[in-house]
Amino acid sequence: MSKPILEIKDLNAGVVGKPILNGISLTIRAGETHAIMGPNGSGKSTLAAVLAGRDGYDVTGGSVHYLGEDLLELAPEERARAGVFLGFQYPVEIPGVNSTYFLKAALNEIRRHRGLPELDAMEFLSLVKDKIKLLDLDADLLKRAVNVGFSGGEKKRNEIFQMAVLEPKLAILDETDSGLDIDALRVVATGVNKLRRPDNAQLVITHYQRLLNYIVPDFVHVLMDGRIVRSGGKELALELEARGYDWLTPAAAAA
Amino acid sequence: MKEAATFIKRVAGFAPADGDSVQPAWLAPIRRAGFARFSELGLPTLKQEDWRFTNVAPLTELPFQPAPESARNDLTADALAGLPFAQLPGDRLVFVDGHFAPELSRTGRHPDGVRIGSLAAALRNDVALVEPYLTRWTRTEANPFIALNEAFFRDGAFIHVPAGKTIEEPVQLLFLSTGRAAGVAAQPRNLIVAGRESQVTIVETHVGLADGATFTNAVTELAVGDGAVVELVKLQDESRKAFHFAVLHAHLGRGVNLVAHSFALGSRLARQNIRTVLDGEGIECVLNGLYLAGDDQLLDHHMIVDHARPHCASHEYFNGILDGRAKGVFHGRILVRQPAQKTDAKQTNKNLLLSDEATVDTKPQLEIYADDVKCTHGATVGQLNPESIFYLRSRGIPRDLARRMLIHAFGGEIIERVRCVPAREELDRLVRRRLAEHKQAKLETSAV
Repeated sequence: MSKPILEIKDLNAGVVGKPILNGISLTIRAGETHAIMGPNGSGKSTLAAVLAGRDGYDVTGGSVHYLGEDLLELAPEERARAGVFLGFQYPVEIPGVNSTYFLKAALNEIRRHRGLPELDAMEFLSLVKDKIKLLDLDADLLKRAVNVGFSGGEKKRNEIFQMAVLEPKLAILDETDSGLDIDALRVVATGVNKLRRPDNAQLVITHYQRLLNYIVPDFVHVLMDGRIVRSGGKELALELEARGYDWLTPAAAAA
Repeated sequence: MKEAATFIKRVAGFAPADGDSVQPAWLAPIRRAGFARFSELGLPTLKQEDWRFTNVAPLTELPFQPAPESARNDLTADALAGLPFAQLPGDRLVFVDGHFAPELSRTGRHPDGVRIGSLAAALRNDVALVEPYLTRWTRTEANPFIALNEAFFRDGAFIHVPAGKTIEEPVQLLFLSTGRAAGVAAQPRNLIVAGRESQVTIVETHVGLADGATFTNAVTELAVGDGAVVELVKLQDESRKAFHFAVLHAHLGRGVNLVAHSFALGSRLARQNIRTVLDGEGIECVLNGLYLAGDDQLLDHHMIVDHARPHCASHEYFNGILDGRAKGVFHGRILVRQPAQKTDAKQTNKNLLLSDEATVDTKPQLEIYADDVKCTHGATVGQLNPESIFYLRSRGIPRDLARRMLIHAFGGEIIERVRCVPAREELDRLVRRRLAEHKQAKLETSAV
């Protein structure tokens, strides 16, 4: 078995006074793609937020180790530099901050951390040229402010484009499929698939099975009420598509 | 009244009219009227609507005296090399504590009829060009500082661009406050006349060279003829103990395109008044400003855009970045007179508060007497968006840099509107540097 990239053990977390994750355990190894599925309010986005280090969430129990290191001890930027990437469900528009300037600054922070020389403007542009083709994005978007004036699909493709440039070890994609038409979905999924390597891993969070037709997972986990209630292979996603989530509720399971 | 008399004695030191024996006779009654006006109005108080957020009382506590002309004697061109816009091409007029310094200034060759020089000289040699405009469009009734300037100004810049002429390079007006002696007072007066279909860019900078409590009371009059295109960039970066009062009154003819910028960075207390009168059809007038304040600074902008004719567009964009215990004041009034149908007037004032103690008073105001107009205004006060900071950090960018990127972007919206490219680039560098200094000062304080 390859080495674990992410090890979540009995993770309990929530927002002030409200538990959302109630004991999640999950191990993701190099080369694997895991999908987390679940109904609204099951804690999918909270899990992504806690892993990326978003403010406002309290971890009340359990542990998360990333490449053997305590992930929860790290600031969001330290996680990013160590190779964790969050694809946002709602990418943020940042007026006045140029896309190219932003992404070059981010890449150079990460390269510095990895002991690589920083890229100058020319080197960066040639790198970007290659990667942008992968996502079928208009290069002119990079001259604009971050996500400002981007369509919904462009925003999502831009997330995957950033992922392609930053080359994370662990990519967490939070409902990257939401709001995409089938063509955009195909482009995004193709991009993600091309970035799969034996030494990295992906955690794909989605509400619908549709995305998993294109990004084929090795494992599927069903999250309900902040717990993983079932894990299986890719066929579990199809079963969920056919039967919905109700049959997995604790009440139904007990019956 | 007594207070006004005492104040006059200290900032001017002499009675008006007898100050300059060579001034033309027609100026004497104007000076006397200004003097009488100021004596009557006195310094403004918080009870006056136009001054309710800006307390000028600290002015009376300082031992002001008129600036001696000798201050410029030991300044060399090298001393100016590190100042903002030092690399800008084009003419540069330098004033030291209000006195014209020809040895530090430079003027090039220009089309026939163009005048770029000192107002005092023009009052001797070019009276015919000056007399029709000087004090014509300034209105002393509401602002005692204009009255004071009218009574006591000695010099300033005079720029005259005849009809149809274009000045290619920006014209720089550099006002230095030496600030070595405490309480030096200067009251510069600028007159800019842009003839019909002329074109000119002017960069006016006020900089403090040392940390003295100086007093500047500057008035700039701008008369713009039909179809002229004018860009005015003002940078106020006086010392942190300085008091800076400045007025821009502009009168615009038919089809004029005016962009006037105000960048306020320095001073303990600074008040910039701008009044533009849109007195012809088809005018486009943009007022654009950024105030960047920390510590105990108070930076105030007070504007009136007076739409007097139909089919004009005006837009005011003002952003404020306030840190420490700083205070920002924005007062923007759009006046649309009854004949000014089809007016399109917009006003936005956005403020970013970087500390719990920073405050801003913002007062957008519409006064509309025409019935077929489009007028909007809006003001916002807020903090940096935590979602934006998290997004940047989630890509590996450290928190401090993320904050600075966002703050700089907020200022960048305003800087981007400067058309004169070398001036824009310089302002961008200056603001970026100033934001880094703010951050540095913060780190040092928190380390104690």
